[in-house]
Amino acid sequence: METKSIMIVGVGGQGTLLTSRILGNIAVKGGYDVKISEVHGMAQRGGSVVTFVRYGDKVAEPIVEEGCADVLIAFERLEALRYAHFLKKDGVIIVNDVRMDPMPVAIGAAQYPENIIEDLSKTYKVTSLDAKSEALKLGNARVFNTIIVGVAAKSMDFDKDMWIQVIKETVPPKTVDLNVAAFEAGYELA
Amino acid sequence: MSEKPGSKVIMLGNAAIARGAYEAGVKVSAAYPGTPSTEISENLVKYKDELYCEWSPNEKVAMEVAIGASFQGVRAMASMKHVGVNVAADPLYTISYSGVNGGLVLVAADDPGLYSSQNEQDSRLVARAALIPVIEPSDSEEARVFMKRAFEISEQYDTPVMLRTTTRLAHSQCIVNIEERQNIEDKPYVKNIRKNVMMPGMAKARHIYVEERLNKMSEDGYSLDINKVEYQDTKIGVITSGIPYQYVKEALPNASVLKLGMVYPLPRKLIEEFASKVDTLYVVEELEPAIETQIKAWGINCIGKDIFTVQGEYSANMIRKAIIGESPESAAPAQVPARPPILCPGCPHRAVYSIIKKLKKHVAGDIGCYTLGAVAPLEVLETCVCMGSSISTLHGMEKAKGSEYIKDWVACIGDSTFLHTGVNSLMNMAYNKSTGTVIIMDNSTTGMTGHQEHAATGKTLMEEETYMINIYNLCKAIGIQNVVEVDAFDLANLEKVIKEETERDAVSVIIAKSMCALKKEFVPKGKCVVDPEKCKHCGKCMSFACPALRKGADGEAVIDATMCNGCGLCMQVCPFGAISLIENK
Repeated sequence: METKSIMIVGVGGQGTLLTSRILGNIAVKGGYDVKISEVHGMAQRGGSVVTFVRYGDKVAEPIVEEGCADVLIAFERLEALRYAHFLKKDGVIIVNDVRMDPMPVAIGAAQYPENIIEDLSKTYKVTSLDAKSEALKLGNARVFNTIIVGVAAKSMDFDKDMWIQVIKETVPPKTVDLNVAAFEAGYELA
Repeated sequence: MSEKPGSKVIMLGNAAIARGAYEAGVKVSAAYPGTPSTEISENLVKYKDELYCEWSPNEKVAMEVAIGASFQGVRAMASMKHVGVNVAADPLYTISYSGVNGGLVLVAADDPGLYSSQNEQDSRLVARAALIPVIEPSDSEEARVFMKRAFEISEQYDTPVMLRTTTRLAHSQCIVNIEERQNIEDKPYVKNIRKNVMMPGMAKARHIYVEERLNKMSEDGYSLDINKVEYQDTKIGVITSGIPYQYVKEALPNASVLKLGMVYPLPRKLIEEFASKVDTLYVVEELEPAIETQIKAWGINCIGKDIFTVQGEYSANMIRKAIIGESPESAAPAQVPARPPILCPGCPHRAVYSIIKKLKKHVAGDIGCYTLGAVAPLEVLETCVCMGSSISTLHGMEKAKGSEYIKDWVACIGDSTFLHTGVNSLMNMAYNKSTGTVIIMDNSTTGMTGHQEHAATGKTLMEEETYMINIYNLCKAIGIQNVVEVDAFDLANLEKVIKEETERDAVSVIIAKSMCALKKEFVPKGKCVVDPEKCKHCGKCMSFACPALRKGADGEAVIDATMCNGCGLCMQVCPFGAISLIENK
């Protein structure tokens, strides 16, 4: 199989690391070679963060470069726009339709771009959802990221039971039921 | 996923280094947290029933702890980020002469691309200067295997070994094979002052040994198992190591490659042989031309930094473009506002900086989350060099410009950084008659690296309760007469104290205390809410860069309840009483 390249982008603190681990573990379970690359340290303090997941028969490079991503999972609209050029021509975007103002916008030094999702839809296959509202229906806004995993799962080649098994093995033990429910919710939404 | 011997698990580079050390039978490990090395110790502690590991107050101490353990015949290690190696350089350069009893490994984590560092230095050059070998893995599985090889090489050649990683290796994951822990017998301790007491007469003799050792390792490198030659198409030959090897394999899957596991000293014969068999030889290495310079010095033609940068990380696309002139098609990047890192909601550093800004004081800064006080809209911090430097640079400023001048300045340093190397600088202020003011921003943790314990938190890396250094008493004991403890969020008192202490013609320390809002023990007081009737859209609350606050459609302040930690800073600065705290029950 040709190597698949997935990017997860968001704002530091949103839980991109947990999501990349779920995606990495499903690929391992599927019998593939996998590489994941993460960002730790200062950038995590509310900055723009990006993690990469690549899987296939044999993966060398652990990062995804401009023009090379198959799927872009964005936890925030502006971050989807920032990294869209990393996608291949027919790339897929799954975007959490939420706005988080970066500091230059909050202090009035820059404008938050309008119509991001409409504009991206002209070039890419875009699925957008308000995952935070969906997560609040489950009683915890923090599991929005697992809802997005559920949406992404629909467009990937692993069966649903395998996903649920991986989520159970990857998330903190106390949050297993909540995360499985979040995954199911996302899977239904897609 | 469980780490049973015989199983395969997906593992972070740093976790694999810890696993390798465990499997190598390491008994003592010491470290100071620093990105990208921190997770090595955080993973090693999983095996605490079978080994000892600690957070030391700084890297020099960590290195010396490991050296002591090696003297006594057990396998020992220290891990640190690249700039930490500078702090540990003093013992490192000399233990190179003594060599080891139990295997001794220093893990040095470089940061090409400066994801979380103040410079982009190349630790291979430090090892070259210290005359110790460097081995460099290229993924997590190799990190595990090379860590074991590092201990063997250390004992075989009687030398400390540097295992060099970079951010990309440390923070990427791949599939790792899990093996059993080796049962390594302790070596007996034998008194040997000619080897272990480095005074001039003994060191002279050891220096001769060190040179012989390097020559021997260079010769043996020809058949060293971790140096690998992959002959394919010989039109292009690439010498590389570490994570750039992966980029080379991705970009040039058909090229011949000499992958060096040991990058210092270099295996001359192996390199000459490889060079003679390929048409064009490239050297692909991030940061400094450490390999290239040596190869060129041997009179071998190669292309390296002529076409590659000494800055930042490499990638497959970069190599493809430089060597074969190909680039994948991609859209132009969108022009979007930057999203720089910022202090978290509820961060006590913001409260301290809000008062410093109000009083128009200048800050001599230090290394930690609070370095973010340099950027808009806080913009109070004006200098930052290295760990502990805020206090000593403030002292130097005073000696340059006088005690009246320094009343407009303060030094700001975190609790962990203060204990790292700030204490020495503060001793100097007491001794050499400073009148400056030092603010210790005590958030009870090592914040930026992800909440590690330190000597004033009362807990060890191995999760045991311990003696908790009292920073107030420590400052007093050094000889600082004026030490004041304040609550970082009591803005009125903080303002009064900073005014009084900066005016004073004597050295002062202000300890501004409040727990880091990301610490797991942190309990938020509640959530702040804006009364839209009372809000006059003045933007005052937004002038300190709290991520939970943003401007609404009509310019009114809006607080994101899911992000607010209820610190009440915005409430205290609002001139119209428009913000209130809804306390948690």
